[in-house]
Amino acid sequence: MTEENLLVKDKEVVVPGEVLATGMSYLPGSGTYRLNENVIANRLGLLVIDGKVLKTLPLAGRYLPKKYDVVIGKVIDILMSGWRLEINSPYSAVLPLKDATFSYIAKGADLTKYFELDDNILAKITNVTSQNLVDVTCKGPGLQKLKGGRILFVNTHKVPRIIGKKGSMVSMIKKATDCRVVVGQNGVAWISGTPESELIAVNAIKMIEEKSHISGLTDKIKEFLEKATGKTVEIEIPADSGPDNEFAIEEEHHEHEEHRDERSYERHGERRYEHREYRSRGPPREYRRYERKE
Amino acid sequence: MTKYTKRLDNRGMEETRPIEAKAGVIKKADGSAYFRIGKTTAFAAVYGPRELNPRHMQNPKTGILRCNYNMMPFSGTERIRPGPSRRSKEISMVTEKALQPVVNLEDYPNAVVDVFIELIETDAGSRCAGICAASIALADAGITMKDMVAAVSAGIIDHQSVVDLDGEEEHIDEMDVADIPIAMVPSTEEITLLQMDGKATREELLKSIDKVKPVLKNIAEIQRKALKEKYRSE
Amino acid sequence: MNEELKAHVNETLKQGIRLDGRKKEEYRNIEIQTGIVATAEGSAMVKCGDTQVIAGIKLEVGEPYPDSQEDGVMMVGTELLPLSNPAFESGPPRIDSIEIARVIDRGIREGKAIDTKKLCIRKGELVWTVLIDVMPINYDGNLIDIGGLAALAALKDAKMLEIKNDKVVIGKRTDEPLPVVSMPIPVTVLKIGDNLIIDPTDAEEDVLDARLTVSVLDDDTLCAMQKGGNASLTTKDINEMIELAIKKSHEIRKKLKEALK
Repeated sequence: MTEENLLVKDKEVVVPGEVLATGMSYLPGSGTYRLNENVIANRLGLLVIDGKVLKTLPLAGRYLPKKYDVVIGKVIDILMSGWRLEINSPYSAVLPLKDATFSYIAKGADLTKYFELDDNILAKITNVTSQNLVDVTCKGPGLQKLKGGRILFVNTHKVPRIIGKKGSMVSMIKKATDCRVVVGQNGVAWISGTPESELIAVNAIKMIEEKSHISGLTDKIKEFLEKATGKTVEIEIPADSGPDNEFAIEEEHHEHEEHRDERSYERHGERRYEHREYRSRGPPREYRRYERKE
Repeated sequence: MTKYTKRLDNRGMEETRPIEAKAGVIKKADGSAYFRIGKTTAFAAVYGPRELNPRHMQNPKTGILRCNYNMMPFSGTERIRPGPSRRSKEISMVTEKALQPVVNLEDYPNAVVDVFIELIETDAGSRCAGICAASIALADAGITMKDMVAAVSAGIIDHQSVVDLDGEEEHIDEMDVADIPIAMVPSTEEITLLQMDGKATREELLKSIDKVKPVLKNIAEIQRKALKEKYRSE
Repeated sequence: MNEELKAHVNETLKQGIRLDGRKKEEYRNIEIQTGIVATAEGSAMVKCGDTQVIAGIKLEVGEPYPDSQEDGVMMVGTELLPLSNPAFESGPPRIDSIEIARVIDRGIREGKAIDTKKLCIRKGELVWTVLIDVMPINYDGNLIDIGGLAALAALKDAKMLEIKNDKVVIGKRTDEPLPVVSMPIPVTVLKIGDNLIIDPTDAEEDVLDARLTVSVLDDDTLCAMQKGGNASLTTKDINEMIELAIKKSHEIRKKLKEALK
């Protein structure tokens, strides 16, 4: 019988193939697996010991779309039935006509009046099929086209740190620099202010990325912001959850999402709108993705 | 009895040349690594998962792994014409097969994980160095993988097992030399790359593989350490 | 081209700063190392901010060109390695990499950096061929300038090989340096809106209106030029850009001399 041994400490950086524990009493959670009597890491991550369950928080990896995530996408194609967005992922998203805005869009309308190529849009993912076809909506509090400003790509796994508990970190940056800052779950951040203050915000965010697993980070960032802006900075946890903060709240979604809606709202050349009452009960149907014009 | 009792550079029979490994060396890549063994130096960059073109290559059940091995024009004794050669295409393929068994790409349907390997300088063992670098780069990119893949060339010189042939040893004329590049998954000892150039008996070959296993496990430790180093300094 | 991003870059430039906080005429941090590839006859690695480039020199012997029987041959090659940037794909060289190679080549050739007469072994029959290959490891803009700089450093690092019976003796390096007699420094100036900038990043190159590369010799003579980009340049623009390029070449030349000591 192998000795029951935990070979690593909580919050340690672990790498694929590293033996985390020997013996059968430790259980492999996400980011780990069991091989014979050992629990082994299967990705680069931060070890989290949750009682007897060992799991890892990923430190790297590209963004994979998740339902309910609020993301910043860039328009890369204008379809007949909506817009295709690049969301910093191997998978693109579609914003269907009906989800673009609360106002009515007539058939044959010029879609570029609403969103043009290269526009950055803050949108919410409404559906992800098993093949990672993604639908988004721009109807919702705070969701909108982001005009002007600059885009910064960050490690998607560091986004919670950048946003902070209840948005406290990003709030601090916004207050100190007087910039509008929006951070999408997909590792895309949007910053808008004067050129100097934008730069300060960018550098603050980059610093959070680099030092994300160091304790006392909030104080370090506060120090940096005070030095860079010459203002005193307060750390506070925002009480209100107005539109600007909605997407800054972590993990608002629904853990037990069993049923995946396999249909995507893309229709090749059609503009039919599915109504819930007519949802079929058959197995998920595959729809051909709209061919992107090369 | 073998005539090869001392190696040309005085190394131990089972000793590799000095190894240096670093992770995260190419900022634009999703994952990257530098791996140097003796004079053989490889850079690897991983881009992915990302969209796969052409469309017809997409697999709706899983992402695919695509490896590209290339030698820089000044990396050998004579200048190498840029562009893929038959040799580099073959090495690209066996590299992919060497890494495939450890990576888990089912979370990335229709996507591709691209691995690019460039050899800056070569002195034998380049495909193995490439695989070692690629393995670190894949982990650095956050790809789910069971373990590292470590690779080195086992060798048999005049019936004597050695590990990590260098350029000089590869070209020994007066004795029989077998060059056996091997890649292994350290935790299971599964072999994912096995090639041979030269003559050897079955027993000699099996003995060689046996001798190289602990060396490969050691290389894997070096690979894992390189990844951890990246986070230590932060 | 991304109009909004360009407008934004223009706005920030009007305030005199760039997206990464640099001034318009400011280079990123430059590091030069030579002799880093033992298999090459000469080599250098140059880092400029995040852009990292390796240049290697290989020497061969062969026939001279029929119209220059007493001169050695030289050639510059570049590949936009897919390793160095997500936008680069595997495949035959695209026009971008061909242009970069030819512009670097032009600077070195027309600046007569190499004394090609000294590379002649037997007139009309046997001369040295100098093959310069410039390879980016991480591409974050400004490959012409950084690549050109790496090529020069590699040339200065290069040593001749031994020949026997009209063939190169493999692996036999001499102490004799390659005859490098001048250092033409390439400087690329970008025009974005009304702003002129030096040492663009990948992102800045995406929004350029026009660019002008000028190769400058140590007495401020120009020896090669290349205009790129879709927009046109006025004579005033060209004048200003050349002036800026000459000014900047002094800075680079100094850095190179320091590194070669």
